[in-house]
Amino acid sequence: MLLRAAWRRAAVAVTAATGPKAAAPTRGLRLRVRDCAPRSAVPADTAAAPEAGPVLRPLYMDVQATTPLDPRVLDAMLPYLVNYYGNPHSRTHAYGWESEAAMERARQQVASLIGADPREIIFTSGATESNNIAIKELEAAIQPDTSLVSIMTVNNEIGVKQPIAEIGQICSSRKVYFHTDAAQAVGKIPLDVNDMKIDLMSISGHKIYGPKGVGAVYIRRRPRVRVEALQSGGGQERGMRSGTVPTPLVVGLGAACEVAQQEMEYDHKRISKLAERLIQNIMKSLPDVVMNGDPKHHYPGCINLSFAYVEGESLLMALKDVALSSGSACTSASLEPSYVLRAIGTDEDLAHSSIRFGIGRFTTEEEVDYTVEKCIQHVKRLREMSPLWEMVQDGIDLKSIKWTQH
Amino acid sequence: MAASSRAQVLDLYRAMLRESKRFSAYNYRTYAVRRIRDAFRENKNVKDPVEIQTLVNKAKRDLGIIRRQVHIGQLYSTDKLIIENRDMPRT
Repeated sequence: MLLRAAWRRAAVAVTAATGPKAAAPTRGLRLRVRDCAPRSAVPADTAAAPEAGPVLRPLYMDVQATTPLDPRVLDAMLPYLVNYYGNPHSRTHAYGWESEAAMERARQQVASLIGADPREIIFTSGATESNNIAIKELEAAIQPDTSLVSIMTVNNEIGVKQPIAEIGQICSSRKVYFHTDAAQAVGKIPLDVNDMKIDLMSISGHKIYGPKGVGAVYIRRRPRVRVEALQSGGGQERGMRSGTVPTPLVVGLGAACEVAQQEMEYDHKRISKLAERLIQNIMKSLPDVVMNGDPKHHYPGCINLSFAYVEGESLLMALKDVALSSGSACTSASLEPSYVLRAIGTDEDLAHSSIRFGIGRFTTEEEVDYTVEKCIQHVKRLREMSPLWEMVQDGIDLKSIKWTQH
Repeated sequence: MAASSRAQVLDLYRAMLRESKRFSAYNYRTYAVRRIRDAFRENKNVKDPVEIQTLVNKAKRDLGIIRRQVHIGQLYSTDKLIIENRDMPRT
């Protein structure tokens, strides 16, 4: 009764109703089929729900994997998906001209966020393509003394910020090209390609509340950095990336960059406070929790914690009402522990216990509190079941154990 | 046109909040309400009428964005989040 009353209070949109007497809502995600009618894909093993009730979605705390579109970005894109559908390379009519104008406006928005000139921005299909273009440059300009340094600005697994300005300084003095994959950093921390002496930079749309399938590569003009095109064709994007530039997507990327520039300080302050709240509340209620990554040079929105004596995958599955990850999405299919954690010298067993919490522009205090509460509850429960934990409680030093071979 | 009066700014503020509460997605709804409150609070002591007008114009554009995006969100709405069931909707 209370549930239904609360549900009605919270409801804003009206979806196709399942009927006046709603069954108890189940947790999870439903498989979306063509129509929007709520139909649960969750098998009815819960005794209380003979007919499918509404499904409750998990909280999203995995912003390093991808981010939701900011409503301002979608609003900017839609006209180019509805009426302004011209090819930006069509020179002979207004459809082409208006599409081209939008593309160039977006280019300026991206350039402005990183302190670059618009002529130095080439649109691509994402940061991965941008990385490939930048790295291929090495093969294109092969000389005995040429080399390229490539560094991630902010790591996507543990949130560590690399000393980009210092690295840029060293590279510039040694006449070495400096590329950085700034996918997780653009729009979140201040970046200036001139202050930091960056020659090449990869930008990803869907990491900064923009659309998926678009990105950009920044290629310095002064002094000129030569790159070789990965894909050849009609010579678009100064010959560096042939293919019709997808105006709706680049408009989205541009809008995302402009919003990011305006909101950077506000977002950073809020995300830092929420991160502090999450870490403090977990650590004060649970012993043996380690934060991976240098706490001093750290982007607050990416928190990687290792819970000793708890298997990361079990914790992830237990936290089924929160969308989380352990390690990066690009390696999530493999069972190996994170290469990043291994690289920073994390113990094998702690590396298997790591969870990454992502806090973004749209994360609320309620979501953080819920995540913390569930995390504490399940870590305690899993530890209760763990023989290793029991041994530790009895004062046994796990490192001193001689495990027998079977 | 005369510069925006205090009453007009307040009307705009209320209209933006009212519209934002209609977002069907929890995260968009809470963000919009929170951001509008914080932005108006942050700028409450601005005295220069030109600056005030610039801010008001931007707010009007944003109100248009919110209206359209609320509508689209309702057309494509989906299930609620797990925490929307537990507590009252607030920022």
